[in-house]
Amino acid sequence: MSEFLINPDFPYCKGCGHHQVARNTVRALEMLDRRPLDVVLLTDIGCHGIVGRNFATHTVHGLHGRSVALGGGIAMALPRDKDVVVFIGDGGATIGLQHLLEAARLNVNVTVVIHNNMLYGMTGGQPSGLTPHGFRTVIAREGSPYPHHDICQLVHKAGAPYARRVLGLGDFSDVLAEALAVEGFALVEVLELCTSHALKMNPDLRLRQLAEEVGYEPGIWRGEERAPFRLRDEQPRASLVAPEQVRETNVRFGSALEGRFSLVLGGSAGEGAQRAAELLVEAAMASGLHATKKGSYPVTVGVGFSTAEVILSREPILYHGIAEPDAVVITSDDGLAHNRERIAAMTAGRVWIDESLQPPETKAEVWFRDFRGRAGPRNAAIYSLLTLVGETEMIGSEALIEVIRESSIAQYVPDRLLDGVKAT
Amino acid sequence: MVDGSRLITESLARAGADAYIGYPITPASLIYTYASRRFPAILPAPDEITALQWMAGLAAAGKLPVSATAFPGLALMTESVNMAVMMELPMVIVLVQRLGPSTGTATAGAQDDLRFLYGMISGGYPVPVFCIADIDDCWSLPPVALQTAVDLRTPVVLLTSKEVVMTERSFDMNRLGEVHPVSRSTYEGTAPYRPYEAEQGGAPPFLPIGDGAHQVRMTASTHDRDGLLRHSTGEALANSRRLLTKVRTGTPPLYHLEEAENPAALIVTYGITSGAAREAVRMLRADGVEVSLLVARTLIPVPRDYYRILDRTMERELPVVFAEQNLQAQFAAMLFGERLPEGVRFVGDIGHMVTPDAIVREVRG
Repeated sequence: MSEFLINPDFPYCKGCGHHQVARNTVRALEMLDRRPLDVVLLTDIGCHGIVGRNFATHTVHGLHGRSVALGGGIAMALPRDKDVVVFIGDGGATIGLQHLLEAARLNVNVTVVIHNNMLYGMTGGQPSGLTPHGFRTVIAREGSPYPHHDICQLVHKAGAPYARRVLGLGDFSDVLAEALAVEGFALVEVLELCTSHALKMNPDLRLRQLAEEVGYEPGIWRGEERAPFRLRDEQPRASLVAPEQVRETNVRFGSALEGRFSLVLGGSAGEGAQRAAELLVEAAMASGLHATKKGSYPVTVGVGFSTAEVILSREPILYHGIAEPDAVVITSDDGLAHNRERIAAMTAGRVWIDESLQPPETKAEVWFRDFRGRAGPRNAAIYSLLTLVGETEMIGSEALIEVIRESSIAQYVPDRLLDGVKAT
Repeated sequence: MVDGSRLITESLARAGADAYIGYPITPASLIYTYASRRFPAILPAPDEITALQWMAGLAAAGKLPVSATAFPGLALMTESVNMAVMMELPMVIVLVQRLGPSTGTATAGAQDDLRFLYGMISGGYPVPVFCIADIDDCWSLPPVALQTAVDLRTPVVLLTSKEVVMTERSFDMNRLGEVHPVSRSTYEGTAPYRPYEAEQGGAPPFLPIGDGAHQVRMTASTHDRDGLLRHSTGEALANSRRLLTKVRTGTPPLYHLEEAENPAALIVTYGITSGAAREAVRMLRADGVEVSLLVARTLIPVPRDYYRILDRTMERELPVVFAEQNLQAQFAAMLFGERLPEGVRFVGDIGHMVTPDAIVREVRG
């Protein structure tokens, strides 16, 4: 008995082509002088899936159709001298088609052997995506009305260095050995006929004849040889909490704020609302306050509203939501639309809004300002916060101005905006 | 300023996570971005099923993989998480909750997914779920999640919310304690390795697939101690039972309890609502009303301590107020079932964080 086997009696029906796949795989491994513990054999769901117990290699039995991805994960992490072989059926190959294409695209170092008996044998003989046109099954007794996928061509187009189709008859161990020797992704599609279901429904069928008639001719498709995809063990990366990553803030200003101040800034995407809010937070931190900031925007990037919620507090902030804001600042129509309900629900507080806009009825005080006219769309958000700070004195204007001047947006903010605020 | 994503990612990397398997999804993508700058290895997956299968493969080969996702991604991962439970493969999934159902509002926070996590594994087998309650937990819980995954050989979910991972806040970096790499061990016996032979109902010793001295077998199907598929033998079913007991007995019970001497009520919460609950406690105390507070960090399996704390409160006929950002009282229902006992109240919301005022109102009745 081969050293690759614990038990040579494979658990298959008499005459089933799966026998040939298992025997030829053993022969191929022997031809290549592999050791059993240098081989990982994965099996998928299907009749072939129980063959692992016969093997003396490492064995993994996974989910339906996912064994190529599972084997890929294993292959990425193992040394180059280990072989990962994936046994899969035609049903597994089609439910997991994405995994085959991705493994071929990345050139993952696995050898996939598809037991293509053109139907789901384990569940009663239903057709799969590899069932050819005219092939009779229990749910298509007149024959399948659809063509089959050409799995070899699919993986070839996806970048597989090696794809091969063979008839599952006799000795094809040299083909499997050639596939195993490929450094990277290799696929062998073995055509079989299920003795329990295919021959019952198609009694006169012969494998070689069928293959010719439906376009399942044996063949080989070679692709570009590339380095296999492996998990890279890289050098330790720089810490995400190092001082150069998270800048320390020195408290160098004062603040008159005693309790908690919550602010909502509503603008348009691309007009700097989030960055403006961050700079306000930095200025508040430099003024000795605790702060939180979160953004709200549609899932699309670059269009629609952009709302920032900021809380400034003398005490640590436990709850960073804003039930009813102390202040709302609106710089654009998008920002107003997104915050209209919130403004209407305010029972107190203050709303600063661009003078081109009409807010809803509200119990908050409404102050109109010319944000867009004076600062333009690009600077309307930062200018609105300069205005807010200047008119509320929760922090000093000089704190926000200094933070802006030290920031990456300094070059875009004209001095007249900063000087104008200082003057007020 | 820091956001929770930064601390979670750095903490995971320091604790010894080997690889980040990414598939972008709001609001978990920031973790993916940070991981690409910090993790020793990063793998961009083409979908979440592949992501989880790659993670399982890496874990089988001895690596410690991590991914972050939101509900739609977890839904795709679920069959593969079941596989990883059965194969006993360590990994951590950071689940960032967002507003459902379906695609819901990807950029709105929520606490919508606990009920799903509770029933995620066929047969009701538990996957440990730790929940981040505040910014400090973003640093302290990832190593616990990784260590639990290694010790119990299981996937672990680190549960959080958009409100944690995407909110920036002022933070004293000096509060960050040291994070040590998780300790890992492998089978060192000379006898043939039996991959699912475990002592005292715990997790079996680990050997990576591909080991040069011992054959290693792994299977997603019901199996015996050798990793061989069995229909329903006593040995195989005992192995499945062990999957339950090892998680129940081995998951650390993590929670924060403030018990007042004469409380008017007990507030029970977790995750993003913890901040509002703590603020509510502060507001009530300022008004002279003492309340107790339980912030649950271990959600699954439910620590027995929670029932003891609840029993103590309910025996005194004091109200218990559950605060969660969902509509179904998911944590309360996990503890009590759909019909909450008399005296157990619930305050919840969707689309907005539960407010301290709402909790205070519920406590005051």
